[in-house]
Amino acid sequence: MSGSQQDNSTSLVITGGTLFDAHGQLTDNPGLLVRDGKIAAVGSEAQQAGVARSVDASGCVISPGFVDLCCNLREPGNGQKGNIASETRAAAHGGFTTVCASPETSPVNDSSAVTHLIREGAATRGVVNVLPVGAITRGLEGDLLSDMAGLKNAGCVAVGNGSRGVRNARILRRCMAYAQTFDLTVMFSPENQALAADGYAHDGQVATRLGLLGIPEVAETAAVMEMLLLAEETGVRLHLSQLSCGRSVEMLAEARKRGIQVTADVAMHQLVYTEDALAGFDSRFHVRPPLRSESDRQALLAGVREGVIDAIVSQHQPHDSAAKQAPLPATEPGLSSIESVLSLGLGLVASGELEMPDLLSALTLGPSRVLGREWALAEGVAADLCIFDPKGHWVPSPSTLVSAGHHAPRFGCELPGLMKLTLVGGRTAWQ
Amino acid sequence: MTANDPSPNHLQLTRDGQLRHFLTLDGLGRELLTDILDTADSFIEVGERSIKKVPLLRGRTVVNLFFESSTRTRSTFELAAKRLSADVLNLDINTSATSKGESLSDTLLNLEAMASDMFVVRHSQSGAPHFIAESVTPGVAIINAGDGRHAHPTQAMLDMLTIRQHKGRFEGLKVAIVGDVLHSRVARSQIRALNELGAEEVRVIAPGTLLPRDVEDLGCTVEYDMARGMKDLDVVIMLRLQKERMEGALLPSEREFYRLYGLNQEKLALARPDCIVMHPGPINRGVEIESAVADGPQSVILNQVTNGIAIRMAVMSMAMGGQMAERQQKQTDSEGHRA
Repeated sequence: MSGSQQDNSTSLVITGGTLFDAHGQLTDNPGLLVRDGKIAAVGSEAQQAGVARSVDASGCVISPGFVDLCCNLREPGNGQKGNIASETRAAAHGGFTTVCASPETSPVNDSSAVTHLIREGAATRGVVNVLPVGAITRGLEGDLLSDMAGLKNAGCVAVGNGSRGVRNARILRRCMAYAQTFDLTVMFSPENQALAADGYAHDGQVATRLGLLGIPEVAETAAVMEMLLLAEETGVRLHLSQLSCGRSVEMLAEARKRGIQVTADVAMHQLVYTEDALAGFDSRFHVRPPLRSESDRQALLAGVREGVIDAIVSQHQPHDSAAKQAPLPATEPGLSSIESVLSLGLGLVASGELEMPDLLSALTLGPSRVLGREWALAEGVAADLCIFDPKGHWVPSPSTLVSAGHHAPRFGCELPGLMKLTLVGGRTAWQ
Repeated sequence: MTANDPSPNHLQLTRDGQLRHFLTLDGLGRELLTDILDTADSFIEVGERSIKKVPLLRGRTVVNLFFESSTRTRSTFELAAKRLSADVLNLDINTSATSKGESLSDTLLNLEAMASDMFVVRHSQSGAPHFIAESVTPGVAIINAGDGRHAHPTQAMLDMLTIRQHKGRFEGLKVAIVGDVLHSRVARSQIRALNELGAEEVRVIAPGTLLPRDVEDLGCTVEYDMARGMKDLDVVIMLRLQKERMEGALLPSEREFYRLYGLNQEKLALARPDCIVMHPGPINRGVEIESAVADGPQSVILNQVTNGIAIRMAVMSMAMGGQMAERQQKQTDSEGHRA
């Protein structure tokens, strides 16, 4: 990892504050020593060592760096919306130390050449770990298999369909069987294209009142059921991305009980907002899958609390302002969200809808498990961590947001959770 | 948790509750709707004079911004503006700027530079007038002349005026809206207006494929069977059926639709004897309505057209009044600030 602005990889000791520990509990920080990019010691040993720099984390939470399973860095190809340098810095500002890069780039990440390009960009200009996700079909068109073995060799951690739906169950079945051959996890955002059709809003009360074209719940649930059955048959490791329906959570729990290897994530904005966010035609909240009903939101929250949903993701989609400056149906979907994930989560903690350990687990332990990676701050692991003040505040604005996209879910108002320091491999990625 | 104020009123009303834009009937109370109807009544008399003009909008520029083609709505807006003595500019954006790739925002910036006072907007996308009201310079009044499937508030208000003329009241009325409710901005605005003005029952009569999800939440009951639905009606409003509806597997054929949901004399006889027949036009004779009914004694369809001019005059003059009041208020505020 390189690209950080200051080189402080020699040594650092963090004292005070609360640590999100290896048991998923918040405990008093016994002291952390960071040396040569790794956690060198935990506890009294750490306090005694002579070090170059010390950080007092009093009043703050020290957490393993957040891991994002779904992030759009817009590189290669969409420089007007963002790039690896701007968006990985935004990730670091949000406390994320590892992001999975969506295959929806231009060109699509469906070959080892594009994967190499992303990894090279991340190595030279990125400040957090970037794990590319390959496209499961060529050009994400849904017709032909991509070179999955080649993508895996080039460093893709999984293959997926980005935010594109799937229209052909026969191709889907073959994608899964082929991915399973190479022990690749498949990450699917479940949406039946024929049922979603031209929709862009939840098919419910608000869309009916405002005359918006709806995406019915069944566009997701039918796809979830189809994917679960195909995963069961092919034996592939399936990860369902960005669930939006309560019924999907039920089906997921049921499938787990039957022993199907399946994990899932939800975007933070799905846990906070509902279809009501569109009531004033606010194009920021044009997202896909769409924000659904309050009962869906409640079921998704319960899914996170009960561990049925493994991870919370940002589903970060930076845009240039023109993409959102149009009547709602003509705008592009997505929020610039990665810098607000923690703050929105702390809002849920404050309102009693989520416990702090559940929130942090879904940002660290859960996604790490999906990727088969270590996550705890223990001796010998990479020093990827963040320190935030849960009682501190910040105001998202063009001057405080690092992302090239300024369409954050909250804008111009005070949010809880001030990010103090993000370390990636012991280097400062955000301060 | 909601992201913003879901009521559109911060956008379309001034601080003291006057109209400054006319985007939707959502959030407008009975008093304001009645005020619009009363103002329109006073303008009907203007249309009966030999010189059909009042000077309320003299020196003002009204731009008809039609992103979707329309003959009747545009001409009644144009006539309304001219009877209020405004200068009128008609722009069919359909065929000019946007086809050259200019974005809506850029088109608006150019029009603002022409110092217009009011935009009358028709657009195929729901929410376009809201977007325009939010993004143009304050001081330009936006009148929604129909946006996507969302709203057509002047059409709904002229329908209310027509109903009031014939029935004298809204309390106790049973009104049915028949046909393609799913794609209809008119139906959405009518249901809202009828509920606010106190109609006893609003029924929608259509097959399941032509109804939006949870349509009851708009404030109506659902009836699939037209014969049952016609019972006790005071008003029946027929909606236009677009020919394209057969292609998306929403309907099997025009013939079956006409047989089940077309209004003929036989079905009309099931309603109250003084039931009036309305249609926002243009009519598809033999698809949703029989000629004998459309031209018959219970039809008030041509009445609706005449009332359209009066309603548009009312809304335009009220919105301009709201804008002026706001301008004066701001001036007073800033003078007070200086003193």
